[in-house]
Amino acid sequence: MPKEVSDEVLDIKMEADIINARVKAKALAEAVGFDYMDQTRIATAVSELARNALEHAGGGQMMMSPVTALGKRGLQITVADHGPGIKNLEAALKGGYSTKGGLGLGLSGSKRLMDVFLINTETGKGTVVTAKKWVTK
Amino acid sequence: MENSIPILKSGKCLIASPQVALHDKLAIQFKGNLLEKIVQTKVKGLVLDLSAIDVVDSFLVRQIAEIASSARIMGAEVVVVGLRPAVALTLVEMGISLLGVQVARDLEKGLALFNRSWENSCPKK
Repeated sequence: MPKEVSDEVLDIKMEADIINARVKAKALAEAVGFDYMDQTRIATAVSELARNALEHAGGGQMMMSPVTALGKRGLQITVADHGPGIKNLEAALKGGYSTKGGLGLGLSGSKRLMDVFLINTETGKGTVVTAKKWVTK
Repeated sequence: MENSIPILKSGKCLIASPQVALHDKLAIQFKGNLLEKIVQTKVKGLVLDLSAIDVVDSFLVRQIAEIASSARIMGAEVVVVGLRPAVALTLVEMGISLLGVQVARDLEKGLALFNRSWENSCPKK
């Protein structure tokens, strides 16, 4: 039986928080019942999302919560920031679009790693990314 | 917190195998140290062993690609070895390729790759 797990709320304020976030995500994913492959996918997506918040918005908050629906167990990751918002969301989700000299594959890549990926962004106000992944059996 | 990723020289190769998670600053520092060491030691190749790294994100991929292309301009080849299956699969799923970076399964195969192109100038074992 998977262990009892609770939510994690993390502040993303500096680089070390990115590593911290993915270590926590990996541990939580394992506790929820994800296999090693999925733990890696989730930790990588968390790394990308945390860095996006730090690079583009100067930081943000991340919440990781175990979720259940229709008998499935999963993990929900929410990252919220009060940055400038994503100007060209379509391009950012398509990939290859970067305003910071990166690969431009962070957002599109993490979308591909997760099962559900929702972005709410408002120019000048901030961005909230909600991503979920379900344990497959 | 000092950068303590050892960079070892053996024959005409450098070998580096980070054992801790590379946060951004450390990755950038590591990149600089590697390139400096390539110049200092005049080696022809660098083997970068990532077998201990459990998460490789797009930022780290960019650093690796920059290490490889900078080294190439300076006359040294780079081969990345030891990528974990979960890391490799994650990168492929994200649509990130390591195109332009030589890869080999492990340290031994990485060194063998260099051996072939430099007539056994690297350690054989």
